[in-house]
Amino acid sequence: MKDVLIDLRNITKSFDGTMVLDDLNLSVKENEFVTLLGPSGCGKTTTLRIIGGFVTPDQGQVIFEGKDITSLPPNKRPVNTVFQKYALFPHMDVAENIAFGLRIKGKSKQYIRDKISYALKLVNLDGYEHRQVTSLSGGQQQRIAIARAIVNEPRVLLLDEPLGALDLKLRQDMQYELIRLKNELGITFIYVTHDQEEALTMSDTIVVMNQGYIQQMGTPEDIYNEPENAFVADFIGDSNLLDGMMIEDKLVEVLGARFACVDTGFGTMQPVDVVIRPEDVELVSPGEGTIDGVVSHLIFKGVHYEMEVTARGFEWLVHSTACFPVGTEVGIRVDPFNIQIMNKPVDDDEKAVGNGEMD
Amino acid sequence: MKWTRKLLAGPYLIWMAGFILIPLGLIFYYGLTDSSGAFTLENIMAITDPQRANSLWRALKLALISTVICLAAAYPLAMILKRIAKNRSSLIVFIFVLPMWMNFLLRTMAWQVLLDRNGVINNVLGFFHLPRLNIINTQTAIIFGMVYNFLPFMVLPLYNVLMKIGNDVVEAAYDLGATKVQTFFHVILPLSVPGIISGITMVFVPALTTFVISNLLGGGMILLIGNVIEQEFTFTSNWHLGSGLSLVLMVFILISMALIAKYDKEGEGGAF
Repeated sequence: MKDVLIDLRNITKSFDGTMVLDDLNLSVKENEFVTLLGPSGCGKTTTLRIIGGFVTPDQGQVIFEGKDITSLPPNKRPVNTVFQKYALFPHMDVAENIAFGLRIKGKSKQYIRDKISYALKLVNLDGYEHRQVTSLSGGQQQRIAIARAIVNEPRVLLLDEPLGALDLKLRQDMQYELIRLKNELGITFIYVTHDQEEALTMSDTIVVMNQGYIQQMGTPEDIYNEPENAFVADFIGDSNLLDGMMIEDKLVEVLGARFACVDTGFGTMQPVDVVIRPEDVELVSPGEGTIDGVVSHLIFKGVHYEMEVTARGFEWLVHSTACFPVGTEVGIRVDPFNIQIMNKPVDDDEKAVGNGEMD
Repeated sequence: MKWTRKLLAGPYLIWMAGFILIPLGLIFYYGLTDSSGAFTLENIMAITDPQRANSLWRALKLALISTVICLAAAYPLAMILKRIAKNRSSLIVFIFVLPMWMNFLLRTMAWQVLLDRNGVINNVLGFFHLPRLNIINTQTAIIFGMVYNFLPFMVLPLYNVLMKIGNDVVEAAYDLGATKVQTFFHVILPLSVPGIISGITMVFVPALTTFVISNLLGGGMILLIGNVIEQEFTFTSNWHLGSGLSLVLMVFILISMALIAKYDKEGEGGAF
């Protein structure tokens, strides 16, 4: 078990009377890649800015290695930030930008020169020392912003949607770069994004947030395979979200048909939410599955076919490498292990809180 | 297509020629000739006359002092405006610029009334049995007038340039360990240099060449180079001498602009 580096305790923050974070608790371990994931307005950036020191929480504490740093200003914190829009200093060249933090700390010229060339090598921009930052591409500027942050040897690097402004291909390359950087530097990364694919690719731990609450926290596999509530299931990846009735342990009724599952402890005759991932829906000959339906849409996606199957009034989203033309009658079968059962939220408020908070 | 585009530039070319280049040429012609039309440097060398040299020196001094006061007053104001909400700061800028909507002469004459020995300010001071101010018809009064009239020209460019500096850059400096003071000197100040330059230019040049402010608030006793040149055109009708002195003044303006531009280039990136 690694040590806890940052501990957010009972953080509450509202802006102009609107609650952004409500009693948030979050622990980040040393040398972890943690992603705060959620839709815009979920409080993920505010959380990051509270760790960075740019926002003071209304209530609660920020603990860093056991010390309360809640009231410490950003320039005194052992963290550095990579900003969404890079925030490079336009009046300085690349080397001066990277040197900024070190010069403030009064490091020697030789030390600074070595650090600059080390950092530029690390972000694959060797020899860019004397370029003007305004002449660089978005991807290059982002690398300089990362280099500028890491030369200060922060214990934690905060990244606020750093890839948001880049195009798809570059974004994917940078994802691998960031993983490599994190492994080479051996420091903690706290990463904010609304892009679930980024989160799944890079993170050790994903924190799914919505409306100021943590919906679920876990490894990418946990979050994807075992979403704790309908919000997480819906937000991470595509999914078929159905109303169901728990008949008894390991048996759930969906759309009038009974599916075997592996979940227990939901009681008998309890309404539940049922999530089935599109790649977990098997299409078989009619009559061989649990329910029958007709293919209503077919799109070729490259890796797989994306189909919609109308069965008992529900449009099932199906990903399959096999192709079933529109109009084909099919049977739908789901492996019990691939059916995810979740408690239904009682009201809207709880919908936001999610089941995870009640566990 | 190309032809019609060129045609669009026509009015501006005519304007440039008719109202800028030809008058400038005439100033050069008058400045470098005597009344018989023969070439002479006499009008230029006339600046060496102690009284005229003094008026130029005085004008440079007062313009410089006014510019420094304007900069010192406007920069903190612009910093405060940057911090407060955009709609409120726009209103405050609007109020600061409001006097510019009124006639320049009227505004300066108002200062005459305010600063007069029996003026508003002295009446108020007298009412409280405080010592009276005796600044009308002094260089101090002229500086008052210059600062009052030209302050908006300093506020506007500074406000514009400071508003353009993104909050993220300031936060980045804090994040990298800079204190508020370090952030100001290493990030905000260097990034605001273009605004400082245009502010200085827009205050210093009109302050250096003014003759109205010195006429009204100096009581005709304190001559600036602008007054000397004006008199050559109005009272003595010596256009040759007036043009010659104008050329000298122009040289001084060019020198000061060159100095500022040089500082600007050195200032770029020279944050440390």
